Amino acid sequence: MASWKPYDEMKVMGQRQPRLDGPEKVTGRARYTYDQRPPGMLYGVLLTSPHAAARVVAIDADRARALPGVRAVLTDIHPTGNVRFAGEYVAAVAAVNKQVALDAVALIEVNWQTRAHVVTLWEAIDEDAPRVFADKDNVTESERGDGDVDAGFSQAETIVEAEFFTQVQTHSPLETHGSVAAWDGDELTVWDSTQAVHGVREGLAKALEMPANKVRVICHHMGGGFGAKLGPGAYSVIAAKLARQAGAPVQLMLSRKDQHLSVGNRPDSWQQLKLGATKDGQFTAFECTTWGSGGIGGRGGVSQPYVYSFPAWKQQHHDVATNTGGARAFRAPGRPQACFAMEQIIDEMAWKLGLDPLDVRLRNDGNETRHEQWRIGAERIDWPRWRRREPGAGAGPIKRGVGMGASIWFTGGRGTKAQMDILSDGTVEVRCGTQDLGTGTRTLVAAVAAEELGLPIAAINARIGDSDFPYSGGSGGSTTAPSVAPAIKNTAEKAKAELAIVVARHLGVAADTLSFVDGTVRVASGQTLSWREACAMLGANAVSVQGEWQEGLSGSNVAGCQFAEVEVDTETGRISVIKVVAVADCGLIVDRLTTESQVNGAVIQGISYALLEERIMDSETGRMVNADFENYKVLGALETPEIDVILYDQPERGVIGIGEPPTIPTSAAVANAVYHAIGVRLRDLPMTPDKVLRALEGA
Amino acid sequence: MVPFDLVSPRNLRDVAESLADGRGEILAGGTDLLDRLKERIDPPARVVNIKSLKELYGITEDSGLSLGPLTTMTEVAGNDRVRHQYPALAEAALSVATPQLRNMATLGGNLCQRPRCWYFRSNDYPCLKKGGSVCYAVTGRNKYHAIFGGGPSYIVHPSDTAPALIALGAQLEIHGATGKRMLPLHDFFQGPRENLLHENRLQRDELITRVQLPPAKESTRSTFLKFREKQSLDFAISSVAVALDMDGDTVRDGRIVLGGVAPVPWSVPAAVQQLQGRRLGSAIDDAAEAAVEGARPLDENGFKVTLTRNLLRRALQQLAQGKADAR
Repeated sequence: MASWKPYDEMKVMGQRQPRLDGPEKVTGRARYTYDQRPPGMLYGVLLTSPHAAARVVAIDADRARALPGVRAVLTDIHPTGNVRFAGEYVAAVAAVNKQVALDAVALIEVNWQTRAHVVTLWEAIDEDAPRVFADKDNVTESERGDGDVDAGFSQAETIVEAEFFTQVQTHSPLETHGSVAAWDGDELTVWDSTQAVHGVREGLAKALEMPANKVRVICHHMGGGFGAKLGPGAYSVIAAKLARQAGAPVQLMLSRKDQHLSVGNRPDSWQQLKLGATKDGQFTAFECTTWGSGGIGGRGGVSQPYVYSFPAWKQQHHDVATNTGGARAFRAPGRPQACFAMEQIIDEMAWKLGLDPLDVRLRNDGNETRHEQWRIGAERIDWPRWRRREPGAGAGPIKRGVGMGASIWFTGGRGTKAQMDILSDGTVEVRCGTQDLGTGTRTLVAAVAAEELGLPIAAINARIGDSDFPYSGGSGGSTTAPSVAPAIKNTAEKAKAELAIVVARHLGVAADTLSFVDGTVRVASGQTLSWREACAMLGANAVSVQGEWQEGLSGSNVAGCQFAEVEVDTETGRISVIKVVAVADCGLIVDRLTTESQVNGAVIQGISYALLEERIMDSETGRMVNADFENYKVLGALETPEIDVILYDQPERGVIGIGEPPTIPTSAAVANAVYHAIGVRLRDLPMTPDKVLRALEGA
Repeated sequence: MVPFDLVSPRNLRDVAESLADGRGEILAGGTDLLDRLKERIDPPARVVNIKSLKELYGITEDSGLSLGPLTTMTEVAGNDRVRHQYPALAEAALSVATPQLRNMATLGGNLCQRPRCWYFRSNDYPCLKKGGSVCYAVTGRNKYHAIFGGGPSYIVHPSDTAPALIALGAQLEIHGATGKRMLPLHDFFQGPRENLLHENRLQRDELITRVQLPPAKESTRSTFLKFREKQSLDFAISSVAVALDMDGDTVRDGRIVLGGVAPVPWSVPAAVQQLQGRRLGSAIDDAAEAAVEGARPLDENGFKVTLTRNLLRRALQQLAQGKADAR
């Protein structure tokens, strides 16, 4: 089995490497999909359904086609003509500029036959609710469990029952989804804002019924995805079709409204929980009834029972269809919802029993790594001091409190391939068909290669984000680092071995007497060559090798915990997060700086979920009323607290992924802190001022 | 965007002429107009760019203070006279949007901006404010809508500077085809019962040419507090502007105006009455209660009543404590 060199011998990995493409990004030189302008490029715009449920009877696009500057119009892009949410794509236009395209779309007339719709979970579960799909019920039930729940509850000395609600969150990446499609004969190149260049290539080839080897997908830089850009988008296919019809490249970037409506979200949830425990806080049973709506897409799952160990448990889940955009994977799907409810009912149980909430968690947490993390986090937030404060006990209208939550995630590596060239001038290029969705993958690739070759990171040209490069999977499930790092190491190892053979032959020594350190090649006998001198020996025969993912270099099972300190203004209802301590499991750290950055980003997104973000639906018209960034409120600089990131590294476990787990427990920790501050529990996300004021009035 | 003619008049008479047929819209900072143009909300036939009119710029000192309508929010907030003598206005201007927007947004535009109601702002809804027959907020989603003065439309006036300026007793100089007139800012705004389509009383050929503040008195204390859900960038859920004429600790007279809670900046003379002739510190709760009396919340915005009452109480407490930033 492959293995990494000892952690303390590493010169590049585990250090603080600034992001390689940072300067390009902050100076505006980095070219995103949005910035691509192939010669003759046209602008595409979508016509979307204003109705939540309707049939397209006819589309009249004659006036749009006749508008000067319009080069292509598609009226057959909806697969069935049966629209199931407001925001579905029904027609598309490509024109010489965006303005003409928008004007043309406004000229398309659609004859709609509307049907009854249902856009909220509460209404959709009603027996008399309109059906989202004619041939099936809105609700699909399932049941899971383990052990004898009745026996467990009969052993309980205390039982707590509580109900929780979480909202629909849209991914809201800064760069919306979109593609630029360009044909060259029967070959297609697509620049796509994507988390999966290879996946999009395969998907596009299938959708366009063409061979995959004639499709190339490129994504050099992208402005976030959070799971919503893992698959090929309908907009990519439409861009390619518009480009084919127009005979010119087409850019089709979604509007912010399109993004909120049509390319995924985190489903909402309604959770009724019941927890039994002995009087010293040992859990005896857990039972829950849950509902979740992923719109027309299913996937409304809530991952209960989250994290803790229960001798017996049962979950009855209801996946609910509504006339809203389908859910997509969103940074730890199903977990933040579950964590928000579970961590609060545990908190309730602890306070009810008069026990320390941390002690109750330790007693029921079977994860040894997290036991140590709880201890570290508690010390950093000064929990021993906070635990003495009774919930709601602070004086004055502005009160503070501290709460906590835990997470687990099951990341792991999988097949990735890479190529490396070492050229006779000493330069190194490594190519891998992964992509950087903003996590720092480009920097990771260079760091691993540099470490293996004994070179500084700047010596490596790391090329990623192109389906012409060797296969790697989508950047989802926090799998990128554990998939890519081993493949790069294996490739660099092979390249180094080939170089060693050539150098050894030149020097007349055995290849295994060479070592590659600090930009030099050292021979056991004492001779030292510079890296360049060694590479010059390659002459016309550059090293060019391919390597792949190996067992033994990556790990899975990522534990973590967080503590949040909040301030609640009981007169205005404002919750301000003051500080978050995030203890994050991270295995062997490839780059400390980008790892911390991911934890920061996850916590920020978690607070945004806790306090602000919410898709607001209008039941009557079936539309989202805040499909913008004015009333769909994403956390800004003034809402960002001090974030104390503690990387709990265990190099012996190999490289693991960190993108998702640290966003899971944030909303739960904030909610528990709010209770600690004001003595009233907020059970409904997001915890906006109206809910805080109502809760205080009801208390 | 619906195509329009762009005109740049050289003098006020030309402005009046460009606006006379009622199909023109004034372009100042453009931060509100551009959004409406893009969403095709009441598209104008003509956009009248007034930015070349020098007399509409700047802050000049006379017995009081005269502010040009093209003065940016950044300039208003940063002006020393405003900050020291009319702190409620400086605080209001500073609370608007973001630094980038404050660099573009003008005082005149802040007073004349259209409502932020999500039904009004989307072309998907042919609502009352756009000449339709329904106010979607009544039975729809109304968390941010009016708790005072609503019906038949329940928009709220979004301006932050308007409540502050009304509290401070500002007057407007208005120019039209027939010359100029003065109008107290308090009388400038009109509710939906008076006029559904226009939130103010500018005639179709008129524009604001000056915002006039009365001389500041040593005995006046003013402040402005705004509550936003999102601190980094948000319109007011509720705001309170208070200007009190004090005799020591006792309130002689004053004005209290609420923002973000009604279709117009909402003056609450009943709250002032509670304060008059009393020591400020002893009358705060009574004034705060009086301010929200008669509120008629919709299904989802009842919290704004509590919030507004508490916000006013806080503003009065700050004035009573004589905080340096709230004279």
